[in-house]
Amino acid sequence: MYAQMVTTDANRVRDISEMSDEERVFQERIDRGEKIEPTDWMPEGYRKTLIRQIGQHAHSEIVGQLPEGNWITRAPTLERKAILLAKVQDEAGHGLYLYCAAETLGVTRDELIELLHAGKMKYSSIFNYPTLTWADIGAVGWLVDGAAIMNQVPLQRTSFGPYSRAMVRICKEESFHQRQGFDIMMKMANGTPAQHRMAQDALNRFWYPSLMMFGPSDKDSVHSAQSMSWKIKINTNDELRQKFVDQTVPQAEFLGLTVPDDHLKWNEEKDGYDFSEPDWSEFFEVLKGNGPCNKERLDARIKAWDDGAWVRDGLMAHADKRAAARTAAE
Amino acid sequence: MKKEWPLWEVFIRGQHGLNHRHVGSLHAPDAEMAIRNARDVYTRRKEGVSIWVVPSALITASDPANRDALFEPATDKIYRHPSFYDIPDEVGKM
Repeated sequence: MYAQMVTTDANRVRDISEMSDEERVFQERIDRGEKIEPTDWMPEGYRKTLIRQIGQHAHSEIVGQLPEGNWITRAPTLERKAILLAKVQDEAGHGLYLYCAAETLGVTRDELIELLHAGKMKYSSIFNYPTLTWADIGAVGWLVDGAAIMNQVPLQRTSFGPYSRAMVRICKEESFHQRQGFDIMMKMANGTPAQHRMAQDALNRFWYPSLMMFGPSDKDSVHSAQSMSWKIKINTNDELRQKFVDQTVPQAEFLGLTVPDDHLKWNEEKDGYDFSEPDWSEFFEVLKGNGPCNKERLDARIKAWDDGAWVRDGLMAHADKRAAARTAAE
Repeated sequence: MKKEWPLWEVFIRGQHGLNHRHVGSLHAPDAEMAIRNARDVYTRRKEGVSIWVVPSALITASDPANRDALFEPATDKIYRHPSFYDIPDEVGKM
């Protein structure tokens, strides 16, 4: 999931009989499948949780450009380079759609960006892993975008109108991302033995971090229960992870690659794979800032923001000056 | 100096002959840059043939609290729809 472990301020999910009149009307609208729009009444917890979730999602799109941007100048062909540029540009667009959706809740984009830079907001753990070879760009598209799609498709039905509409737009664009990744993996897996080894190595390194994207099991989490009753989360983390594994394992087999899990086994009874959990202590370390690239990623974001300040300020000053000249001329 | 770029609402005409439709918003220092940014953010896949941008601050919206007062009166005026009227079959298509 692009937003991981979003908290809700809730101690428990309250029954409809315990709610105020306003809150009951609100919850009933959600239960009926109506969309909530920015000017509608909403509980403070709903608003705050959505800002956290959409903000984290937006940050993930923006920071997610960095591991892939690393390979734009080194793409093996001009066509691959054009494709990767288009994909990374899409990620920027996705971040912008999401920041705008968050802004309808009464926070500004600059505030969100500053919270990210101050370490007070997160982005997905996955982007703290390095992209060491060209095959990693294939694995990122195939696995990371694949996992993101798993999460984003149901979010198109989320209760908050602007978020839902951003998700519809993003999902439309995202399937190109996964397919271009798989296309790279096919080329590599069917290439020379050295290329095949690179593809296998990329799968080995990205498999468990991709499973971590869905977050730890949340079957007992009050935050997830609250988010699900608000319909800003549609499936549990375990459901989505299972779906991802069931979809991805046959694709790995098609590529002739081996999923790095000795316990991976088809389970007829549950009609899905049994698989090993990722190392959750590693996940929590990455969230705390101790992943392989946390510092590099955040430093790159802050540098881009600081280095771009004079451009933002200059364009604004120019616009103000022109507007003043127009007013004076009238 | 620190001033955030203002927000603009973006409207795109998808094809010739259709209305401009609201597609989202974006930040830009002025209208010209808003059009340029809208082209990059909202029409990367031939989604449009024309773009309008409007400063978000200039939009006046109806108050959701007045929803019933504004829109409810239309619900009991079913005679405004052609299906309200029974026209005998022998009259033919009307």
